[in-house]
Amino acid sequence: MHIPNGFIDGPVSAGAAVVAVAGIAVGLRGARRELDERTAPLAGLVAAFVFAVQMLNFPVAGGTSGHLLGGTLAAILVGPYTGVLCVAVVLLMQGLFFADGGLTALGLNITIMGIVTVVVGYGLFRLALGLLPARHSSVPIAAFVGALVSVPAAACVFTGFYAIGGTTDVSIGKVAGAMIGVHVLIGIGEAIITAATVSSVLAVRPDLVHGARGLARPLELRSAGGTR
Amino acid sequence: MTRVRTRTLLIAGVLLALVLAGFVSYYASQSPDGLEKVSADKGIDAKEQDHQLKDGPLADYSVKGVHNERLSGGLAGVIGVGATLLVGTGVFWLVRKRSPGTDPAGARTADSGAGTGA
Repeated sequence: MHIPNGFIDGPVSAGAAVVAVAGIAVGLRGARRELDERTAPLAGLVAAFVFAVQMLNFPVAGGTSGHLLGGTLAAILVGPYTGVLCVAVVLLMQGLFFADGGLTALGLNITIMGIVTVVVGYGLFRLALGLLPARHSSVPIAAFVGALVSVPAAACVFTGFYAIGGTTDVSIGKVAGAMIGVHVLIGIGEAIITAATVSSVLAVRPDLVHGARGLARPLELRSAGGTR
Repeated sequence: MTRVRTRTLLIAGVLLALVLAGFVSYYASQSPDGLEKVSADKGIDAKEQDHQLKDGPLADYSVKGVHNERLSGGLAGVIGVGATLLVGTGVFWLVRKRSPGTDPAGARTADSGAGTGA
């Protein structure tokens, strides 16, 4: 979903850049509370993992592909503030080194793929988790829901930016219909990858999944001295 | 369920990312992604401009000068994972919450967390 240069006009791209900078600033402030000596390297790994999986386009209907956006995944694993920063780092590397996503459109891309996916995906994840039984097995289900909706939500916001700053004259209804339609399908892929990855980390180190904190953990056998 | 050490998890995760970007990416779908397809179909891309760095050494996930497609794409993926890992970890390490005792005055590190899984 990387927007190239020239799709959205200069003023709207600049406006989105301001939103992106503000989002990163909020992310940097909030991430301080989410990261410590143990989780900081994990967050670096999450960024690298999102970069890698974004290269794996999977086919959806009709000669179209999609790839992970990763905002929901990153937010659940390392926290929402850090999650925004993870996606922003990935988009920065892609734009600067791989010519993927126009540099003029970097603010748009960070806003849509970083901020929107985290706010919508992580917000829905928390909401779903609140409705499900408070145990670890609920986490991948809530992750699925958040990731599923985050992708069409990003497509909606793209359409919004296009409506106010598109450089071409295509009817907004057509853009919205086509963008949301295909991104509902891509969202299914996003949801599967997100739920599978969260389950895998949850299986080996539930304590490292930010979104699973505070849930009942399975009973563990310990010796009288507290060692395992 | 077996609990793995943090270091083991990190190493396994990095290896997985390297394999995905360096090897599996060759088998990824070559079809346009959702935005590219919709843009081309509807004509949103009529005024698209070239990327500022389209002639860069890693542009479009291939290493300039390496002509074997599999090698070129795989190498670009490995470089991307490495660079993202370095920049990401660097940023997050600077941002992290300092535990008491690790202040720059040179006080001894109070590694009270040792043994709790790390």
